[in-house]
Amino acid sequence: MMGKRLWSWLAVVLGGIYFLLPLVGMFDFSLRMQRGGYSFEAYRIVLADTQFQQTFGYSVMLALLTIVLGILIVVPTAYFVRLRFPGLRPIVEFITLLPLVIPPIVIVFGYIRIYNTSSILPLTGSWWGTNILLVFGYATLSLPYMYRSVDTGLRTIDIASLTEAAQSLGSGWARILAVVILPNVFVSVLSGAFLTFAIVIGEYVFAALLNVNSFGPYMVWMGGNRAYEPSALAVVAFAITWVCMGLIQLFTRFSKFSTVRR
Amino acid sequence: MAFLDIHHLEKSFGAQRVVKDFNLGIEKGEFVSFLGPSGCGKTTVLRMVAGFEMPTSGAIRIDGRDVTGQPANRRKIGMVFQAYALFPNLTVEQNIGFGLRVAGEGKAETRVRVAEMLELIGLPQLGNRYPFQLSGGQQQRVALARALAVRPQVLLLDEPLSALDAKIRVSLREEIRRIQRELGITTIFVTHDQEEALSMSDRVVVMHQGVADQVGTPFEIYNRPATRFVAQFVGTLNLLDANLLDAAAGRIGLGDVPVALNRTLPGRTGDRVSLALRPETVALGRKEERNVVLSGHIAEVHFLGSVIRIRVAVAGQLVSLDTFNQPDRPPPSVGTPVEVSVSDRDLLVLAA
Repeated sequence: MMGKRLWSWLAVVLGGIYFLLPLVGMFDFSLRMQRGGYSFEAYRIVLADTQFQQTFGYSVMLALLTIVLGILIVVPTAYFVRLRFPGLRPIVEFITLLPLVIPPIVIVFGYIRIYNTSSILPLTGSWWGTNILLVFGYATLSLPYMYRSVDTGLRTIDIASLTEAAQSLGSGWARILAVVILPNVFVSVLSGAFLTFAIVIGEYVFAALLNVNSFGPYMVWMGGNRAYEPSALAVVAFAITWVCMGLIQLFTRFSKFSTVRR
Repeated sequence: MAFLDIHHLEKSFGAQRVVKDFNLGIEKGEFVSFLGPSGCGKTTVLRMVAGFEMPTSGAIRIDGRDVTGQPANRRKIGMVFQAYALFPNLTVEQNIGFGLRVAGEGKAETRVRVAEMLELIGLPQLGNRYPFQLSGGQQQRVALARALAVRPQVLLLDEPLSALDAKIRVSLREEIRRIQRELGITTIFVTHDQEEALSMSDRVVVMHQGVADQVGTPFEIYNRPATRFVAQFVGTLNLLDANLLDAAAGRIGLGDVPVALNRTLPGRTGDRVSLALRPETVALGRKEERNVVLSGHIAEVHFLGSVIRIRVAVAGQLVSLDTFNQPDRPPPSVGTPVEVSVSDRDLLVLAA
């Protein structure tokens, strides 16, 4: 019995070291900018850099727009597939998984070929068009995470009865989706939203090939030109992701009518 | 024309016809139950009245207006579901006020109406709770209040008591009936529980394989079942194989024993028929007003406490009868020769 526990602990410790050691090393390195001791100098430089502020702010804006677009596409789709077309579920699931199979570089090359300046819809030719293309692309990239979490949320509620109850009380589809369905899968939507946020903040391929100055290309540029600051930036990026994960947990636990407490 | 008029309603799912030529008129303020086993089509008819299913053919009229093609959200129908279907993200007050908000009622009117409804269901102190903080019985009361708040033309109850435990079921069914009478609302109640249907309804529709086998008051349904299915489904019943000896004179043969029913019977002499009789209509021994006397012997005795169920073998078949327990008279023992008597009025002849 004692031996079994020992092996379990050993596995946990080895796994922990495997994941944490590089992070500890990176964090340690990011603090050594000033000779003779630890300091947050690299962080100060990074956070004070106007380019950091610009690119980060820009990426946050893209992430928020992507989340809104994702919710508008995924929630009604997942809802109607569950309610009216359950037979289509495997097909829709397969489609939403495609971005995991097809590399972003393939998608963005496809975009460039279809929406270039000599095409019928020359989206890449303008600032607005490029941003629209970027948000659409990011919504595609986040589809596997968004769809899965919303679909899981829908599974926990009896959408057929709730829909019929709302209909018998006079509700139309828009109100049912906005007032009955969305608030009840809000925690799941948030999970998807935070994962989307984390993906968009660090995304490089789309941004670089569509030639926009977002946070991903900035991180790569920083990595190629500085020594300590890239590590500090990587730690900041990790922290953002972890905060997102933490927020998912927090919302799940403290939601007023959470399914966890029911 | 009735207030709710269901006219030649049919519904097929693919090749399967689940509702066949269903006709029913329900008067304003009437409480009608659809009773039947699973898959008999009772819920499908209810869902077509609600607008959740489109009939394959036929028409539904409410207060003279054809609503067959009208979407569910325009029909002004209140619905209570088996699974409560309260909105988990809204409080009790918000749930009850939901339909009023959709209808564009003002905040003050909504507040007054919600308070009225909470008072009606006896839960005025629970307005701020969320559904998950309520018991099953409380949730179903709230669902009823939510359905009634919008003053619907018709109230539909889809097995609303099935998910509750026995004691709450009885108290809630009395409460539903009280509220229905108080508001005078036309109501359809779907159930597979005969006790619920018989105790609550003005009329019962017994459904079988998509057809309304019989429509009548609970008294008629129980005492004068129109078909063999109704007779078997509602209450406990003795069904004995018999043959028609003389249809015009009303004589049948129970094995070798001739029984005179003293009325003209449907069918032809020589037809095989079933003789149906309720256990409570059969008495042990000869009784003055029970003119049909059959001889046999005690085959089984089941002591159930206040009631003793005895099975008597008559002409090779078993007849169940119930007697009350009497402490100074122990039940007869198995094998004892006995006579049982029954009034010819209580003997129903059904097609075999």
